[in-house]
Amino acid sequence: MVTAAPIARANRRLTLRLLAVTAAMFGFGYALVPLYDIVCDLTGIGGRTGIISEATATTRAVDASRVVKVQFVATVNSGLRWEFEGPETPLEVHPGKVYEASFSASNRSKRPVVAQAVPSVTPVGAAAHFNKIECFCFTRQRLEPGETRAMPVRFVVGKEIPRRIGTLTLAYTFFEAEPASASAARRAAASDGIGANG
Amino acid sequence: MSAATTRDAHDDAHHDDHHHHGPEPGVMRWVYTTNHKDIGTLYLVFSFLMLLLGGLLALGIRTELWSPGLQFVEPDFFNQLTTMHALIMVFGAIMPATVGFANWMVPLMIGAPDMALPRLNNWSFWLLPFAFALLISTFFMEGGAPAAGWTLYAPLVLQGGANLPFAIFAIHLMGIASVMGAINIIVTILNMRAPGMTLLKMPLFIWTWLITAFLLVAAMPVFAGAVTMLLTDKFFGTSFFDAAGGGDPVLFQHIFWFFGHPEVYIMILPSFGIVSQVIPTFARKPLFGYESMVYATASIAFLSFIVWAHHMFTVGMPLAGELFFMYTTMLIAVPTGVKVFNWVATMWRGSMTFETPMLYAIAFVILFTLGGFSGLMLAIVPSDFQYHDTYFVVAHFHYVLVTGSLFGIFAGVYYWLPKWTGNMYDERLGKWHFWLSTIFVNILFFPQHFLGLAGMPRRVPDYAVQFADWNMVSSIGGFGFGLSQLLFAWIVLQCCRGGKQATAEVWDGSDGLEWTVPSPAPYHTFETPPAVR
Repeated sequence: MVTAAPIARANRRLTLRLLAVTAAMFGFGYALVPLYDIVCDLTGIGGRTGIISEATATTRAVDASRVVKVQFVATVNSGLRWEFEGPETPLEVHPGKVYEASFSASNRSKRPVVAQAVPSVTPVGAAAHFNKIECFCFTRQRLEPGETRAMPVRFVVGKEIPRRIGTLTLAYTFFEAEPASASAARRAAASDGIGANG
Repeated sequence: MSAATTRDAHDDAHHDDHHHHGPEPGVMRWVYTTNHKDIGTLYLVFSFLMLLLGGLLALGIRTELWSPGLQFVEPDFFNQLTTMHALIMVFGAIMPATVGFANWMVPLMIGAPDMALPRLNNWSFWLLPFAFALLISTFFMEGGAPAAGWTLYAPLVLQGGANLPFAIFAIHLMGIASVMGAINIIVTILNMRAPGMTLLKMPLFIWTWLITAFLLVAAMPVFAGAVTMLLTDKFFGTSFFDAAGGGDPVLFQHIFWFFGHPEVYIMILPSFGIVSQVIPTFARKPLFGYESMVYATASIAFLSFIVWAHHMFTVGMPLAGELFFMYTTMLIAVPTGVKVFNWVATMWRGSMTFETPMLYAIAFVILFTLGGFSGLMLAIVPSDFQYHDTYFVVAHFHYVLVTGSLFGIFAGVYYWLPKWTGNMYDERLGKWHFWLSTIFVNILFFPQHFLGLAGMPRRVPDYAVQFADWNMVSSIGGFGFGLSQLLFAWIVLQCCRGGKQATAEVWDGSDGLEWTVPSPAPYHTFETPPAVR
């Protein structure tokens, strides 16, 4: 039989190790956030779209033999008094060719509002092949009371888009980026890095 | 268990010299106690109170669902009932009850004088009343209790009222309590076993709790992280789950279920352990396939970390992801099947008797298996799209949680109650409790399968008229089951007050160190380690 002192020491050592595991797992919970981003970017889950430059886009060959239908959806998050519309008719596009679609937003409230559009592309698997060259969602948009502005998006559908996808939907939701609350400044600061997913 | 045990002859004599080590008189005994038996009792009493409270909320739900239309409660209060029922049952009733068993039985079954970290043990328990006082107080706040479901999905949960920070702090406290309890149990089992008790001689209850404790240490901190993110999203301007700030609400579901799936095994594994002690005793045969039981439990624990997304098949996942989570989920049926096979094989050609613990254990095996089968149906992606968020899911998880975890706990209470109190419980009333509970629990939950398959969604206070009949049947079962538990309280109370004196062995076929100490178990046991051959 072991005497009491070594047991107490062994207990303390094991307890500390297990506390370290606990702390590590708490950290792992937070590590899931960037991990999730990486997985989403790799697989296109969550409708995340890619960005390419105008130069890259124009040097690509166009696949004129294929037509993909692109539909547009425009929504405004509750609490934001904006009107937001997209093209009503779907656009038929050739993979590899650059197109432009124009959305339009107007501020119906009585104060200037800064808002951020968050894009999403469905179906699953399409988003990775949907590349934007220029988009109103790359930056936050500020509209004065009553102001209406055209919001263009220039995009190209990648040639590698799977054959099974004949129609894809590009959806934007506008969220107020600077709510008139006390945490407004902090929230805005926290969302500065947003362009990366746009 | 294969370890043959001998009664420690010094044990009784030893205790006569140590009267000053007895329990402190008065109420403060329970506040200051570091004795594993006292703390085990505290846990069990607390969890029973929470069971009654959670049951009361469930009866509120069943009252409203008695017939279609809104009769008794507002829809928002109904959502508070479902949310709080789940939080209280999961974190207040089932988990503390199993920790109570661990506190009482782990030192007794491994021949240790107490838990390894007795003061931490006291603190782990006493955090719980404060945690639940915080949680329950939200009922009386403006806006009421949390109403977004126990899964606390963002962004819905962030739209709640003042309750959110209280609920989150309550969850933090419960999490700290259960992680500390788990650490204590691991350290006790790994460092404090009597000489000669090798890992593969440990009773299966000890094995299942060891593995449960590791699950707790690995999963609870992730949950703590998830609710902390909710808190900072709501009050400190972060955007983990807020799409406007670049976050993603689906991320919350992933983090939650990364904790949530191990959590369901945290709730069931201790009951697996209890049943694995009870069945050999009343079949009068050693447990069939002891080692395969150990490996099966460990496999289940490992698999529980890679199946979480089967709770969220419908959020939009690539086909490859759905297939992965479907197949890993179905894989869990293999080690679980091994366990069920071993329990049945233990009973095969045994000299079985059917005392109350055995009745509960047999009902556990049958009804838990039934709940497992409906789980397999839910694991199949195409059918899950049909069953998702219907009463079929409710029926499934109540079969594994009530007739699984809770029935295992009942079996354990009847099994060890004579050891705890020194008195036999009233066997006739125990059988009444068993039959009433078993019949009513099936009246309560079986019709919910039909409701779910017919398309009734969960978490609704009102429903289409075609669901009326089975809902009424289910409510009748609910009231019957709930009231039957008052009988349980009476039986336990009677047993504490007196009754036929229990022997040290209590049961004919009992085997293990806990049966070598007198009944009731003295305040201090195994101060000299017993010999294990």
